Amino acid sequence: MVAILYLISALLFIFALRGLSHPESSRMGNIFGIIGMIIAVFTTLMFKSVLSYYEIGAAILIGGAIGSFIALRIEMTALPQLVAAFHSLVGLAAVFVAAAAFYDPVAFSIGKVGSIKTASLVEMSIGTFIGAITFSGSVLAFGKLQGTISGKPIVFKFQHLTNALIFLVIIFLIVLFVINQSPTIFWVIVIVSILLGFLVVIPIGGADMPVVVSMLNSYSGWAACGIGFTLSNNLLIITGALVGASGAILSYIMSKGMNRSIINVVLGGFGGEQDTIASKDNSDKIVKQGNAEDAAYIMKNADSVIIVPGYGMAVAQAQHALREMGDILKKEGIEVRYAIHPVAGRMPGHMNVLLAEANVPYEEVLELDEINHDFPMTEVSFVIGANDVTNPAAKTDESSPIFGMPILDVEKSQSVLFVKRSMATGYSGVDNELFYRDNTTMLFGDAKKMCEDIVKSLSA
Amino acid sequence: MEAHSSEVFVIGLTVFFLACIIGYYVVWSVTPALHSPLMGVTNAISSVIIVGAILAAGPQGFDTSKIFGLIGVILASVNIFGGFLVTYRMLSMFKKKTKKTKEKE
Repeated sequence: MVAILYLISALLFIFALRGLSHPESSRMGNIFGIIGMIIAVFTTLMFKSVLSYYEIGAAILIGGAIGSFIALRIEMTALPQLVAAFHSLVGLAAVFVAAAAFYDPVAFSIGKVGSIKTASLVEMSIGTFIGAITFSGSVLAFGKLQGTISGKPIVFKFQHLTNALIFLVIIFLIVLFVINQSPTIFWVIVIVSILLGFLVVIPIGGADMPVVVSMLNSYSGWAACGIGFTLSNNLLIITGALVGASGAILSYIMSKGMNRSIINVVLGGFGGEQDTIASKDNSDKIVKQGNAEDAAYIMKNADSVIIVPGYGMAVAQAQHALREMGDILKKEGIEVRYAIHPVAGRMPGHMNVLLAEANVPYEEVLELDEINHDFPMTEVSFVIGANDVTNPAAKTDESSPIFGMPILDVEKSQSVLFVKRSMATGYSGVDNELFYRDNTTMLFGDAKKMCEDIVKSLSA
Repeated sequence: MEAHSSEVFVIGLTVFFLACIIGYYVVWSVTPALHSPLMGVTNAISSVIIVGAILAAGPQGFDTSKIFGLIGVILASVNIFGGFLVTYRMLSMFKKKTKKTKEKE
């Protein structure tokens, strides 16, 4: 009976992910997920060994209240941090469950204290190891996304060698732990794994965070898997594998969006301090600068506008003002669409959520390969808070660090409007030759303020 | 039980690989526009680890294991409620063109 209820729960989780293939079916998918979780929890509460309903009920209420409070209060622009924070909790929960299994193996029928089955010990320590890494890695990713810690990659000598050595130490500790089942060694594994989690994320820069967040998502799944093996629980194994696969695929998509291998991202050190590399000297080139009225005039006289949002839009919270601008243009009979680069923002799908929040219908929001061939037929590209993902150097300059990265071909549209705070280079530290082209107009200023000013000019 | 432990492990491994394959195909079918909600949902369901925490917190009386179990239940609950709710919030924002949505003003 228990096995069947767990199976139903696992199937519902699969349907929950399946529902996300389309926005229309996605809400139902989320409900499937919730039902699956309720079944899983109540099935477990029905176990004969589970008796302390009050304590467990209280714990669920406390956790649930905290989780609900955070989820309802959070600003959509802060989603990446929130997801990172949530991942850290999954990792920590995995560590605690593993610790509980170690201290009371009878409750999980994996042996007795001091004589736990070897296989269970191995699975337990792997679950602990991955859980602890997920925890500390996510905490650090949270700090970088929140801005508490500098988003710049922190690199030092022998970094990767150090990490590799620590990894070997952990394997050694796990072997030792399996042999003598000492609680001290268990906690040493936890602490060293936490340290490794920090060291693994520290060299990775802010804009590579979409990959990191996806990877930690993946790890949290594998941690659940490890615990699933310890408890011989198929539900945990299935769910863990689903989440692990999901995170791995997202990491792959994100790395591909930057034309870099996952390994390259993980090794870190990309971006940040290397502004000096900025290839050619562009100081003598002329930049055409404009203001909100110019932008309004250019767009008003166009037939089609493609808006390219980037992380800068999220930082400035410009999505609502941007949508308002789009609405006015649409009323004038101008075709307005949005082009999303796979790595725009700080987590997969970040821009889509923000535009949806601003009530932009999802049919108007298109992915790179859906819209890229339309740029030559487009009159105006309105780039707001994005830079590297439009840089033609990715196609032409083989020496550029972003060479080979798929870009949005805004250069092919008749004119380009760039909303930017300054002439600073993008995350990659590469100058963007688009800024100096004749058909480019730079709009310097805060993205939100700029959109509001354009709205004013348009309605004047 | 002892004699079958390797068999149990192999069954677990079978389930694991099949689930990975299902996960692979299901996740590739997710539309890129919904990748953020995907992270929200996977985050919520990975907290099914609460099952293990409940088992640890289950027995009466108080010992180390039970305290760890209860902490695990709290942490996982934060994620379950938080993950599903934030996903719900995200998904309810994805709207079609047809309805003129103006309630934001």
